[in-house]
Amino acid sequence: MSARRGIAALVCGLWIVAALAIDAGEAFPDAPRQERYLALVHELRCVVCQNQTIADSNADLAADLRHQVRDRIARGESDEDIKRYLTDRYGDFILYDPPWSARSAVLWVAPALLLVVALVVIGRVIRARSSELNQEESS
Amino acid sequence: MTRVLRQFWPFWVFLGLAAVFAKALIGIDRGAIDPHAIQSPLLGKRAPEFDLPSVLDPTQRVRLQDSAGRYRVINVWGSWCVACKAEHEALLKLHLQQSIQFIGIDWKDDPSTALEYVRKLGNPYDAIADDQAGQVAIDYGVYGAPESFLISPQGIVLAKHTGPLTEAAFAAEFAPLMKPGATS
Amino acid sequence: MMPEWGTLALALAIVLSLSGAVLGLGPMPLPVELNLKLLRNCTLGVWWALAVAFALLVTALVTHDFSVAYVAKNSNTELPRLYCVAAAWGAHEGSLLLWALLLSLWSVLVARHSRSLPPTFRLKVLGVLALVQLGFLLFTLLTSSPFERNLVVPDEGADLNPILQDPALALHPPLLYMGYVGTAVAFAFAVAAMLTGHLDQAFARWVRPWTLASWLALTLGITLGSFWAYYELGWGGWWFWDPVENASFMPWLAATALIHSLAVTAQRGLFRQWTLLLSILTFSLSLLGTFLVRSGVLVSVHSFAADPTRGLFILGLLVFYIVGALLLYALKGQSLTQRGGFDATSRESFLLFNNALLVTTALLILLGTLWPLFLEVFQWGQISVGPPYFNVAFMIPMLPLVALASVGAHAAWKHGALWRRARGLAATAAIAMVLAVLLRSVYPSGGSWLTLCGFFAGCLILCSSLALWWWDLRASFGLRHAAVGMVVAHLGIGVFTIGVTGVSSFAIEKDVSLAPQESAVVADYRVTFIALQPVKGPNYDGLGGTFELRHANQWLATVESQKRVFHAGGAPMTHAAIFSRGGYDLFVALGEDLGAGKWSLRLQYKPLVRLIWWGGVLMALGGLWALVFRAKEVKA
Repeated sequence: MSARRGIAALVCGLWIVAALAIDAGEAFPDAPRQERYLALVHELRCVVCQNQTIADSNADLAADLRHQVRDRIARGESDEDIKRYLTDRYGDFILYDPPWSARSAVLWVAPALLLVVALVVIGRVIRARSSELNQEESS
Repeated sequence: MTRVLRQFWPFWVFLGLAAVFAKALIGIDRGAIDPHAIQSPLLGKRAPEFDLPSVLDPTQRVRLQDSAGRYRVINVWGSWCVACKAEHEALLKLHLQQSIQFIGIDWKDDPSTALEYVRKLGNPYDAIADDQAGQVAIDYGVYGAPESFLISPQGIVLAKHTGPLTEAAFAAEFAPLMKPGATS
Repeated sequence: MMPEWGTLALALAIVLSLSGAVLGLGPMPLPVELNLKLLRNCTLGVWWALAVAFALLVTALVTHDFSVAYVAKNSNTELPRLYCVAAAWGAHEGSLLLWALLLSLWSVLVARHSRSLPPTFRLKVLGVLALVQLGFLLFTLLTSSPFERNLVVPDEGADLNPILQDPALALHPPLLYMGYVGTAVAFAFAVAAMLTGHLDQAFARWVRPWTLASWLALTLGITLGSFWAYYELGWGGWWFWDPVENASFMPWLAATALIHSLAVTAQRGLFRQWTLLLSILTFSLSLLGTFLVRSGVLVSVHSFAADPTRGLFILGLLVFYIVGALLLYALKGQSLTQRGGFDATSRESFLLFNNALLVTTALLILLGTLWPLFLEVFQWGQISVGPPYFNVAFMIPMLPLVALASVGAHAAWKHGALWRRARGLAATAAIAMVLAVLLRSVYPSGGSWLTLCGFFAGCLILCSSLALWWWDLRASFGLRHAAVGMVVAHLGIGVFTIGVTGVSSFAIEKDVSLAPQESAVVADYRVTFIALQPVKGPNYDGLGGTFELRHANQWLATVESQKRVFHAGGAPMTHAAIFSRGGYDLFVALGEDLGAGKWSLRLQYKPLVRLIWWGGVLMALGGLWALVFRAKEVKA
């Protein structure tokens, strides 16, 4: 296990920068597909260099995965199809944008929930302090 | 009681968090938890079919269905892979002892180098598939070499082992899943 | 022989810290003044011991003493001297020593500049600092000593991680640690306040300069780290929501909330529970960061070599300090609520929102960072949480906060009296909207409705802060007031927001393959590959590609991107070429040799990106300004 980790560290770590992450192939001639491609590769987690997206990772596997994404877009698959293809094989781990599911519901609900809670609590405090001020002033 | 809960709430929250961390650390120390490991969604599902040229004889094809009806171990490796050398001895031994099929997937490798490798170090595989494109590896959700999969006679993925496959790991993780009579 | 002196120095520091903790927090058989004098001497003693230890480590690195394991692992004979010194904090053990050294520096500064504090209070503050110091020194000496020897002395050392071989490395960790470690001072003050019952406006005034100072350092440290990642890592990113980045950002958010909460406590004696909890929270988050980087529970590009047993030790320290503080809070906290009314549109009210939104943001980041770990620990599956989540989760509380801050700064204490300003503020908002639309129109393509929101929020706080100075401060104080610091810091937020919005909405990234003499276009700029030549550095060799940048056929610059192969470690590293001008950056990164003379290149157009770090610098400047004037206040 540590030998595998060692190789991954050499490829990923902080050592190599971006060189192999650069695509050698042609970009899509039309903007919408190229945008989809760029958006997708910036959302998918590299399974070797696990702190980078496949767009930025030097690993061979990242290049292979980028090719997969490119080929599938060229074949007309939707973003959902492509993501499903990858999660069928690597699990939700490969998505940096956690999909809506029981496991990630907390994450997606939290921002709104916390805001609402904060607003409610603050509202109460302000109301109390406001009436305190009124009492102070009127007495 | 509720007064204790309310008054001490930051304390409880923090203690809870610390407990989770402690559990995580102990898990990592014991090897039960590995934040780097990716859990395979293939377990219990049908193993992906493949049809690749053979490394040993490029005119022949290697297919998963060729070994249907038997337990097989699919081992993803490469001649460039340092950790694979570590498991080579064990693979040779296991191949001799077990009567199950060992299929090697030669991942992102030059077939002639791979051929040299098994000629020099011994061939533990019944068949070696040439996966230069890496498509089959992706199909199997491989994220590093070596990785080994145990496939049932019906073609279901029973287990996955990442890292060098040792005799101990085989005995602990693969053997128990195989019905008696499959090994000798 | 020298490294053993280092170990001795560490041991001495431990003894002195222990004495300090006992003197400050233990029973007091001696008269207070004597206690205090002894404690101050202990603090000073710890500083000298650690300074010696640190100097010894640096000496060992610079003289290439490979008998010391740390030196052999992190430096070699070809490493330039600057990086030999910087290697002192480049890895786990050395960075811990730096941590301890800087904590000691803060302690000495507090010891010397706290004459206006009541003696018992002062004792407790220094005692708590000594106790924190003790914990970390024990951790260092027992599990992570940088002075361990190699049984077999190698002829040559390994290399310092090449990506760390950069001048910014000399600054980023020390700055960041000054900030991280400085949160211990606010913590010490909070604990002392709880122990002595001194929880009033005076307490807030005493601790304010210290909090400002550590916040300032943290701001600069984070800004520098982000900038360094941008020009060093080659992919043009400046923030990745990596767990360790988050670990430094959360204390920053909490410290920002703390500064603002202190303003209320100092002014009206309110928000004392907030202030205490925030002091504890800030330090906890700082310790949590230390824990996350070194324990291996999270996958991070910043992690030091992971070791679960070390992790357990730090967790133990974390639990000891925080549980202690929270217990104290539970026992003393209830009696704190103070009478004092304020209006719904008063400054207190806005600051309450401020606290809540900042804490909410910190909690959201904490949740996102730790959730994958929770799932793993309880075996509920596996997910990844990355930039797509954090970018959204961060914006939800923060954009409203920026808007609120624009208005809130104008609110008076107790009675908001914003109606006085209504017309002025409306005019400010209108101007901000016009500016935002103008800015938006500079970039013909890309962006969304969010872009306009971001620009508007940034322009709003810019205009509103300038207006604040113009209406309220110019006449009475000119530039000589702590509130001017606030104005400058808020200007920084505006600049930052505009930068982030610009680069997120309009940046263009293009991968191309070019042979020499060929060119490609990215966003109106033509990049021509001129030539390839070998390069040689002090400890690396490689290839450099020269590129010519043109805009509308006008020559802009000729830049060089290099691929370096370090002698000590085989893997090649790309050093991107960055051309920067006022409103944008152009990025060229040399990739791989594709054969037939062609090379892969990544080209990027980054509009407004430098505003991100100028914003950070402005914020820090504002903090410094406020610090200078607040410190004068405390002396008075």
